[in-house]
Amino acid sequence: MKSKKSRLEKHHIEDLVGRSYMAFCVLLLIVIIISMVYFVASKGLSTFITGGVSVGEFFFGTKWAPEADTPSFGAFPFISGSFLVTLLAALIASPLSICAALFMTEIVPGWGKKLLQPVIELLAGIPSVVYGFIGLSVIVPFLRDTFPGQGIGVAAGALVLSVMILPTITSVAADALAALPQNLKESSFALGATRWQTISRVILPTTMPSIMTGVVLGMARAFGEALAVQMVIGNAPFVPKSLFESASTLTSVITLSMGNTTMGSSYNNALWSMALVLMLMTFAFVGLVRLLERRNKI
Amino acid sequence: MQFRKSWIMTLALTSVLALSACGSNNGGNNAPANAGGNNAAATNAPTETSSGSDLSGSILASGSTALQPLVEQVAEKFMDKNAGVDIQVQGGGSGTGLTQVAEKQVDIGNSDVFAEEKLKGDDAEKAAALVDHQVAVVAIAAVAHKDAGVDGLTKQQLVDIFSGKVTNWKEVGGADQKIQIINRPGSSGTRATFENFALGTKTEDLQGSIQEDSSGTVKKMIGETPGAIGYLALSYLDDSVKTLSYDGVEPSVDNVISGKYPVWAYQHMYTNGEPNETVKAFLDYIMTEEVQTADVVELGYIPALNMQVARDVEGNVTKK
Repeated sequence: MKSKKSRLEKHHIEDLVGRSYMAFCVLLLIVIIISMVYFVASKGLSTFITGGVSVGEFFFGTKWAPEADTPSFGAFPFISGSFLVTLLAALIASPLSICAALFMTEIVPGWGKKLLQPVIELLAGIPSVVYGFIGLSVIVPFLRDTFPGQGIGVAAGALVLSVMILPTITSVAADALAALPQNLKESSFALGATRWQTISRVILPTTMPSIMTGVVLGMARAFGEALAVQMVIGNAPFVPKSLFESASTLTSVITLSMGNTTMGSSYNNALWSMALVLMLMTFAFVGLVRLLERRNKI
Repeated sequence: MQFRKSWIMTLALTSVLALSACGSNNGGNNAPANAGGNNAAATNAPTETSSGSDLSGSILASGSTALQPLVEQVAEKFMDKNAGVDIQVQGGGSGTGLTQVAEKQVDIGNSDVFAEEKLKGDDAEKAAALVDHQVAVVAIAAVAHKDAGVDGLTKQQLVDIFSGKVTNWKEVGGADQKIQIINRPGSSGTRATFENFALGTKTEDLQGSIQEDSSGTVKKMIGETPGAIGYLALSYLDDSVKTLSYDGVEPSVDNVISGKYPVWAYQHMYTNGEPNETVKAFLDYIMTEEVQTADVVELGYIPALNMQVARDVEGNVTKK
């Protein structure tokens, strides 16, 4: 009787310690997240509340001149620039990543995976400043010599980003392909389908929602990437007329100007508004991933 | 099982409730004091000692990345001489430095522009409280890609180029080559200096112009891009780019000191009100002959001590 009681108590203590430690961690996380959201939102919204900039002007205005005598805060060039490089990067990277994932899981699961996996993981580990510098030293001169323009611009930014998001999409896609029930493939082969028919008619359609999750995660990364893009995109606050003309993204204008503006100035607040847009976009991407996951389960 | 589940639910509910209360509080407290961490450092700053010679205390400086290397190097030397003093130098940009010194989060705010130019409108009174210490001068030269075929430009030609009126080098006597502007971001101190003293007017960003935020990248871009024009501090100039004379005056250290070459700006170290003993000793040390002729020159700045001309906030130049 006694021994049983003491064992129970030990259990209780362990349980309590574990539970309170977890509660503390969760508490801290939630506090950090809530205060960050609050901080960015309160700073970002002040452009519209106290700064007198209309929401329409901010989102659709194309004139960005915060230091001019009659300042204007049209952030459309940055918002459109961000979406443009992100979509282009996803368009370039997705087919490559899906092929790499198929290669690793379906075509040569043995040495293909052993060789490709570390290479792709290595890509994920390279710091973004290195990507930016390679972009500036290799991609920009190449584009300058091949296409009209100065090489700098949306095309260069999208190319650099596509390499950066390659690992994200590939690893998610490879996981999705590996998790596919074996019997689906086997029944397809049993029906006399070739490998290509199996991949294109059975494997890809069934895993598409999971692969799309990877693509969206990659796009989220591309949308938030600052340094590498800023180095190659040119940073002119205009909607570019071609892919080879200097343009800007939300992240590039924030990193370019945040340190040089004083806290509380309308210029600085406008940058916070852009940070708010970035944050809301991240929420949207996360929501999209959730949606895809739910679809995947059915 | 049933019991455990309900337990977890209650816990989750209570913690969420507790957090939402706690969270909003925290957010509220954080907002005004933004970089809270710096407050502590600033408040435990210099404690006065009885004897004047052996100083002690800590100094926190932040701001301009252009001035940072100088302040860091001099701080090292100063700390070697005064064991009791601890100096920390952070970057962050001129705007950050001025904001933080105005809010007393740091002891010294480094800036490449006059505080009055950054703290305008509602913040103007903040600028009035700041005391300026001009420790060095940085001169800026217009530079072009080597194949532009031009040795110098006049003020009007520069204005035409940077406002987009002139788009080909042949219009200013150079090669038949499209001009590509490599600019600094609108908030940059270097750009403000160039616009104020070389162009005499603010310019708007042009479609297709390139903006880079570090001098190293600007130099690389100008060196590589055919037809490029931009501007760099004198310490960055070398053979990879073509340095342009301004209205016929070569951008050289001697011409800046004598006042012939006008495109230069002070490097400021601002304190909030008169500095305390330790901070003052540090600022005085930077102005000594020993530092001005060695460290300042070595790092590519022009000693403020040598300047034969002085300039005020409005840009009026007077002979010293």
